Amino acid sequence: MTQYLNSFPGGLKLPGRKRRSTATPIRKMSLSHTLVLPLQQHIGEVATPCVKVDNKVLKGQKIASSNGHISANLHAPSSGTIKEISEHPMLHQSNSSFPSITIETDGQDKWIDRRITYDFTHLSPNDLCHLISDAGIVGLGGAGFPSFIKINSGIHHYVETLIINGAECEPYITCDDVIMRERAQSIIDGIEIMQRALNVNNCVIAIEDNKPEAILSMRIALNLNQRIRDTKIVVIPNLYPTGSEKQLIQVVTGKEIPGSGLPIHIGIVLHNITTAYAIGRAIKHSEPLISRIVTVTGTDLDNSGNFETLLGTPIHELLRFCGTKHQVGAPLIQGGPMMGYNLADNNLPITKTANCILVGVENTAKDTNPLPCIRCGDCATVCPIKLLPQQLYWYSRSRNMDKMQEYSLFNCIECGCCSYVCPSKIPLVQYFRLAKTETTNKKRESQKANIARIRHDNRLERQEYERVARKEKQRKHKITLATRKANSRSEN
Amino acid sequence: MFTPILAITLLALIFGLMLGFASIYLKVEDNPIIEQIDKLLPQTQCGQCNFAGCRPYAKAIANGEVDINRCPPGGEDTIQALANLLEVEVKPLDKECGIEGSKTLAVIDEERCIGCTLCIQACPVDAIIGAAKQMHTVVTNECTGCELCVNPCPVDCIDMVETKAKTNSWNWSNLSHIDLQSNEQS
Repeated sequence: MTQYLNSFPGGLKLPGRKRRSTATPIRKMSLSHTLVLPLQQHIGEVATPCVKVDNKVLKGQKIASSNGHISANLHAPSSGTIKEISEHPMLHQSNSSFPSITIETDGQDKWIDRRITYDFTHLSPNDLCHLISDAGIVGLGGAGFPSFIKINSGIHHYVETLIINGAECEPYITCDDVIMRERAQSIIDGIEIMQRALNVNNCVIAIEDNKPEAILSMRIALNLNQRIRDTKIVVIPNLYPTGSEKQLIQVVTGKEIPGSGLPIHIGIVLHNITTAYAIGRAIKHSEPLISRIVTVTGTDLDNSGNFETLLGTPIHELLRFCGTKHQVGAPLIQGGPMMGYNLADNNLPITKTANCILVGVENTAKDTNPLPCIRCGDCATVCPIKLLPQQLYWYSRSRNMDKMQEYSLFNCIECGCCSYVCPSKIPLVQYFRLAKTETTNKKRESQKANIARIRHDNRLERQEYERVARKEKQRKHKITLATRKANSRSEN
Repeated sequence: MFTPILAITLLALIFGLMLGFASIYLKVEDNPIIEQIDKLLPQTQCGQCNFAGCRPYAKAIANGEVDINRCPPGGEDTIQALANLLEVEVKPLDKECGIEGSKTLAVIDEERCIGCTLCIQACPVDAIIGAAKQMHTVVTNECTGCELCVNPCPVDCIDMVETKAKTNSWNWSNLSHIDLQSNEQS
């Protein structure tokens, strides 16, 4: 089972700090009285609600349907009544409010009628794709890209390898680790389903070497499944950011994906381990995506661990469940210390992409008082995609958008290695994030302005045409009147 | 002796003809600088600059008739971009034209709308649809927030609402406290 592994440039060896949340098995979080479900927990279009206020819903019932090509369904995590459909603060980098559905649970947790298919071997790739799409599954590693689109690519493209991402390279986070330890069977089911849907034989499960228990448990589950085709587990060295899509592909296959390209362009589809689990549950047990494993860890906790949490559960209930003395104003992060973002308050609901709640640990990209750049070049050494963070930093300070694009700003994966090593504590990645969003917003605005210009020009043209037409009509009318007058006079 | 003279004359004729055709077929209609200025303007067509739209204002700038600081929707960014393009000094926004505000969107209160079509006639980008004595509505995607429909409305049923950031249009600036405006390089 040995395979020659490649590597990517740069990267960091970070202290894992994962033990504190793997000591206990996955625990089920108690049912919350109210669940708040934002309509957009994924990349793409906002889902459209298909329930009304005061409707009764059952667990697993669809409450919002996907809208457009890139979007995802949303299901009720528990039975109850729809209380309101309004804007609510959401777990999102912007810390602002977005349209959400609020459910008041009735405590019965009653499931909707499910069509359980233990045997999915008779289903066609198309059927599987539809089922995955119906279940509202999105990439659970953090990006939230609707999974069925990646699965769908098997119909139009030749897929050579399916890679399952079990790297989980960011410190503190352990939700993928524990799910591999305890629920490997469902993960393997999910992988088998994806293999069928993608029509691919070759599959690689990549796990970092700091998770020996997970590797063992996955090996056992893999050996137990007789039907699964050519699948192997590859143990990869622990290095941040191996868990990033393009870096992992580089480690496993040695192929580098161009900045603007997608893995499918070189015949690779990559899914997260938790996504594989969700797909396994969705097909075999007809469970839509209504819960996820959330790591709650940090310094301020009596009771760190992983919790199976229903979507929409407020974070403060989760924190109370863990016994924390978290004070308002103390650091609270969604995600890991490298790529996560600070939360303004703890009343936000858990979403599909919330993998970790980190209490009392500072974000590495914190905005401290930075010292001047000393041009040491450490940031360029650790950058996994060989960018020049220093140059980008100067250009982002002078808001030189063209230059930043010339230096491939949009290839930046925002891993935060540059900010981590910076001796002057410059929050480099924050600059790049801001510059990226600003540039895309500007582009969108100029596109909108272009449309407005065309519409205005069309309007002017139309008005001109109407004016000329009116004049012509008046002229004709005058002529007919004059001829009629002349005729009547000549008759007299 | 005659061959070179003939050859030169022939060449001169050919090039003359080519130039003549080029001047007809490759003629530049407008001053190209107008196009470039127009591209930098926000295209709200609001007329706050006292011109009937963005293009007339661009024309006036190109002819050197007006200052570059008369566009409130574009604000400081537009002034900066125009100054860069025309290589002139940056000026603060002319307060006579208005102040730079946040982006807005027209919303028609459907209860109060009487279907008079006056706002439809006022909209510079045809972003309001409706017919006489029928309720009107704003096509939110096309609305530029120019406010030209607000005054004509006889029943005052149009409100300008601030546009909210969506998950795909927000900006990191509201949580990172770094100041990109300052150009001083430490």
